[in-house]
Amino acid sequence: MAIAETQVYMPPAPRPKLRLLEDERWLALVLLVPTLVLLGMFIAYPFVRGILLSVTNSRVGVPGEFVGLANFYKIFNDGIFRTSVYNTFLYTGVTTVFKLALGLWLAMLLNRNFRGKAFTRAFILLPFIIPTVLSTFAWKWMFDPTFSVLNWLLYHFGLITGRINWLGDPDLAMISIIIVNIWRGVPFYAISLLAGLQTISPELGEAAAIDGARPWQRFWYITWPLLLPVTMVVVLFSVIQTFADFQIVYVMTGGGPANATHLFATYAYQIGIGTGLLSEGAAISLAMFPVLFLVVIIQLLYIRRVEVR
Amino acid sequence: MGQVVLKGINKFYDSVHAVRDVNLQIRDKEFVVLVGPSGCGKTTTLRMIAGLEAISSGDISIDGNVINELAPMDRDIAMVFQNYALYPHMSVYDNMAFGLKMRKFGRPEIEKRVREAADILGIGELLMRKPRQLSGGQRQRVALGRAIVRHPRVFLFDEPLSNLDAKLRVQMRVELKKLHLRLGTTAIYVTHDQVEAMTLGDRVVVMKDGVVQQVGEPLELYNQPANKFVAGFIGSPAMNFAAVTVTEANGSLIAENSGLRIKLPDETAQRLRGHIGHEVTLGVRPEDLTVAGTADLDHPCFDAVIEVVEQLGSEILLDMKVGEGVMVACVEPTARVKVRDKLRVAMRSSRLHVFDAKTEAAI
Repeated sequence: MAIAETQVYMPPAPRPKLRLLEDERWLALVLLVPTLVLLGMFIAYPFVRGILLSVTNSRVGVPGEFVGLANFYKIFNDGIFRTSVYNTFLYTGVTTVFKLALGLWLAMLLNRNFRGKAFTRAFILLPFIIPTVLSTFAWKWMFDPTFSVLNWLLYHFGLITGRINWLGDPDLAMISIIIVNIWRGVPFYAISLLAGLQTISPELGEAAAIDGARPWQRFWYITWPLLLPVTMVVVLFSVIQTFADFQIVYVMTGGGPANATHLFATYAYQIGIGTGLLSEGAAISLAMFPVLFLVVIIQLLYIRRVEVR
Repeated sequence: MGQVVLKGINKFYDSVHAVRDVNLQIRDKEFVVLVGPSGCGKTTTLRMIAGLEAISSGDISIDGNVINELAPMDRDIAMVFQNYALYPHMSVYDNMAFGLKMRKFGRPEIEKRVREAADILGIGELLMRKPRQLSGGQRQRVALGRAIVRHPRVFLFDEPLSNLDAKLRVQMRVELKKLHLRLGTTAIYVTHDQVEAMTLGDRVVVMKDGVVQQVGEPLELYNQPANKFVAGFIGSPAMNFAAVTVTEANGSLIAENSGLRIKLPDETAQRLRGHIGHEVTLGVRPEDLTVAGTADLDHPCFDAVIEVVEQLGSEILLDMKVGEGVMVACVEPTARVKVRDKLRVAMRSSRLHVFDAKTEAAI
């Protein structure tokens, strides 16, 4: 009898449109639409448009027509393009090594207990917070042949006798932009790796110390392997950012002297926008794509493997 | 050998005096337990012995050599941490072998020692697993194994069982005891659990606020606590305390308050002659209280009202109101009692403890 007395609640039948949303496949689609529209408008469309542009001979004001891979053929035989490719790899490789080494070192220092810890941690982020164009202008001033504070310092310490033309010499100009990129990038590494270090229990270090591991052994056998997943993510982001870097070179040297410091991005800009050869600029931009794609695939595979482990 | 001596050890954290003038002599092969509530300085003391914490003043020596300035690795100690501190990226084998590898032992010797320790602990099957794939009890064994393979002079344990569930804790406690009997290595063990302290320790060091309250064998602490703190800390359920005034009547001493009036046995009375007219604290363990029967005529009795009855199967705990205060009695499971019963309770007066009301030291 108890069952008969219980009133079973029957919800009113939903209207037909809502009933469609009861089906998870339709619901999923509806929920995904905003994201799909955004990604399509701002990522997929420009990307496809870039590919289409790169196989025409369009210029500013000229729609152009289909020319196949002529643009790619042209840029692969372009000396400046080859220099840009070399520069981009050099720039990315050297800065990543330094940023990782310095960032890790800073992170380990900041992971200790000392007075003013919170303040220092916030302070470290400054190069990362200041708009890059502004800080790069300040660096440009420091590397200025006439007003360089670096030259002034070196001269007064008796290390040089004449002025060094930092941005006027191809090799020195490259070194200069690398220094600026490292300066700008280290905080990101330091803070991210610090976050990673803080997830490692200090007891592990103590256990290893009792087990007989010296400080560098504790780093190599305990800290480094445990930090590796975080390191990989940080390096992934950093490599992508650095590979496609634009601001520092554009402000510091504009690709000069004599096109010696161009990267993919600055050269693509110079050809595409500066010279107005839109299709060729698009081809240069696209030449970056396979490399970045490979980097992303490799690192994502690695991260997945670590997660599964 | 593994004789550890602490002489006048102090530890300051800025203005906090965490460990105060600790003196201890731990004999070779002895199992010593440091016990006390959290923040009593027991773990800090252990970490100073391990070399993980600097010593503010005093000397620690192992087998006669002062080790104050030695790095942890050079002290020939092994430590088991509360959270096991297993290296998560290494297999069980590598976890246990790590200390030997760092000390440049040969591969066959490492293999031999790890197998040996794994056999003792019954984790031979688990050697290729990662710590993440182990249960809490298994991790605990691996942490023990990592300490055993080193054959150190002293084992240091920092609350090693506190992360295990109650049943496993009892089981591991027994195994630790067996292990110590088998290996005979000096052990210093930190816990806040007085049952662990009583069951494991050859000697127990009770600490509070950085000060050693009493050092002694478990039964010594139980039967002759040096002060009110030790009396209340050791033993479960805890000792009952009652503030009483000592008066003299017809040549014998009486202790009384609002609910109690007890004639003190001669032996206790002897010690309390100087306290007539003063207040003292009376201490009596729950197991020394019984429901008064005809056999208890010689024992002092008092009236109580039962507030809560806790049936434990092997015994019954009675929470009783005695005058203004409350007391717990631990009585036979056959006792027929219920809440709000008025009860005549007898006290085994030979087991009475008395403490100074101000200094709390035993009288």
